[in-house]
Amino acid sequence: MPEKTATTPETDVTVEAATAAAVDASVTDTGPAPDKARSLWSDAWHDLRRNPLFLVSAVLIFILLVIAAFPSLFTSASPRDADLVNHYLQAPNWSHFFSPDWFGYDGQGRSIYARVLYGARASIMVGVGVTVLVTLLGTLVGMLAGYFGGWVDTLLSRLTDVFFGIPFLLGALVILTSFEKREVWVVILALAFLGWTQIARVARGSVITIKQADYVVAAKALGASTSRILVKHILPNALAPIIVVATIALGGYIAAEATLSFLGIGLTEPTVSWGVDVSSAREQLRNAPHVLIVPSVMVSITVLSFLMFGDAVRNALDPKLR
Amino acid sequence: MTIIDKAAEAPAPRGAGENGHPLLQVRDLHVEFHTRDGVAKAVNGVNYTVDAGETLAVLGESGSGKSVTAQAIMGILDMPPGRIPKGEILFRGEDMLTMSSDERRRLRGRKIAMIFQDALSSLNPVLSVGYQLGEMFRVHQGLSKKDAKAKAIELMDRVKIPAARARVNDYPHQFSGGMRQRIMIAMALALEPDLIIADEPTTALDVTVQAQVMELLAELQREYNMGLILITHDLGVVADVADKIAVMYAGRIVETAPVHELYKRPAHPYTRGLLDSIPRLDQKGQELYAIKGLPPNLTRIPTGCAFNPRCPKADDLCRTEIPALAPVTEQDGSELPGRGSACHFWKETIHG
Repeated sequence: MPEKTATTPETDVTVEAATAAAVDASVTDTGPAPDKARSLWSDAWHDLRRNPLFLVSAVLIFILLVIAAFPSLFTSASPRDADLVNHYLQAPNWSHFFSPDWFGYDGQGRSIYARVLYGARASIMVGVGVTVLVTLLGTLVGMLAGYFGGWVDTLLSRLTDVFFGIPFLLGALVILTSFEKREVWVVILALAFLGWTQIARVARGSVITIKQADYVVAAKALGASTSRILVKHILPNALAPIIVVATIALGGYIAAEATLSFLGIGLTEPTVSWGVDVSSAREQLRNAPHVLIVPSVMVSITVLSFLMFGDAVRNALDPKLR
Repeated sequence: MTIIDKAAEAPAPRGAGENGHPLLQVRDLHVEFHTRDGVAKAVNGVNYTVDAGETLAVLGESGSGKSVTAQAIMGILDMPPGRIPKGEILFRGEDMLTMSSDERRRLRGRKIAMIFQDALSSLNPVLSVGYQLGEMFRVHQGLSKKDAKAKAIELMDRVKIPAARARVNDYPHQFSGGMRQRIMIAMALALEPDLIIADEPTTALDVTVQAQVMELLAELQREYNMGLILITHDLGVVADVADKIAVMYAGRIVETAPVHELYKRPAHPYTRGLLDSIPRLDQKGQELYAIKGLPPNLTRIPTGCAFNPRCPKADDLCRTEIPALAPVTEQDGSELPGRGSACHFWKETIHG
């Protein structure tokens, strides 16, 4: 695979000749490499740059990240200014781009446009935060279990099974209801606490495969210590599947936050979040559907972008799965 | 185990190294694997000695225990299922089997290094070769990244990789088979160890490259005056490089000899069978000889001589009594130094 991408035939030779040339170029003992050195990651990047799915999702995610970081760049309105007298459930004014009344006002007379912008931060923070924690914890547990095997593996794998057995929403319900004030970090910790098992399993599986590889034995035979083998030789090779699972799961965590907030057990006021807005829009669904639709659409777009992004990354890192 | 004691005496070590101890001495080594079908006895009392500057070729077919012995020496045997019930591996007189795992790790790479059969799978695919070569210096000698890279380039030049400077950041898949094996050799040589174990270093290469790689290995070995254990199943590979040969069968050494004598006059029917099964131009048109039967199942090694079910000379004695590795002599009784055969009928085999 790397050879194929490494040498792109530019002249109009036949396919056979082209492959022969590619094989030749990789076999020659003399002279510099036919192309620039290419690692798995630069190869993946090479693929990604040409993937429209990746480009679209990356642009969307970039915009979302900018909104999350600097919502005030896009609006002067505050998400907490409530004006019930003038704006109670005011309908959207679709032609007023980027103005506070673009998406109308909610049941408290607050600008939905402003709330949607300010709500991005909570959702993105939950998604990214949970993913980072889950990846760190899952990789650590999976690597230790996979590499050391024996009783370490038995212990950690059973622990993973126990956590895997807890239904995600039910578990989150139980944990979150025990908190009075649920801020972003509480939701992040709760979701990470329940979500690390998938990564742990993936990491364990790929570490078990990789630890039998000859280059690990060779590293051992040349005097590498256990920690060095784990960090320098096993981890970089096990990383690809972990990253794939993590990016795809990221969208799921954002959806989970929205779900929990909608059920009233996720984030709570005064935190501004899409889930909170969807939840409070329930009561006026018939006479003011826009209050519900706008934040829901934002959740959908965000989850979709991260799923597409994860898919593109998976295709680039593991072409066989395509 | 009387055989072992005799065997230990038979092929006397050729000159001792520093402080009176040979570089590496394997004594009565046993390795077994506990499997679901019982205990597989992979190595059953192996003895050999390697001195500085000396090349020992260990010859044998798959499953004869030659690689397992090497893994036991390196300390990279998977334990469990592997187990070393008895034996000693003396490196400069010190038993490595009784060392702590940390002490052993410090020997690996610095004093003893290994070259593997398949260089592509033995190099980490996600790290550049320069990084992997440099790692030896960074880890063992604490060099900086920059110095380590310079050393890596120097090493690549040393093993005759063209345009080393330009290729130091390339990844293993960008090199050809022969070049990759050179990189493996460079890694093993990096810290100028005293002993190198090469486990079928040329098996995965094509014939034209085999000779180059063997030559390089032999040249570097002379230059650094290292001991070399060359594990192979290819009689052609060892002829030019090795000083002495140990032929293994079913976990035992069945014959030892200086390299050219073995080819001229084998003293064990198994060795004879191996030599006869090499295709020869002057026997064109005739049927090629093959040792009949299959190597024994290591969980059920035949009683007596392990080779007896396949041996053309076997009789009742061979089926009951294990032959010791006894010294081989000329017909008139004069000594043949370094020669030994574990066959009840070695006299008939060598002189008949």
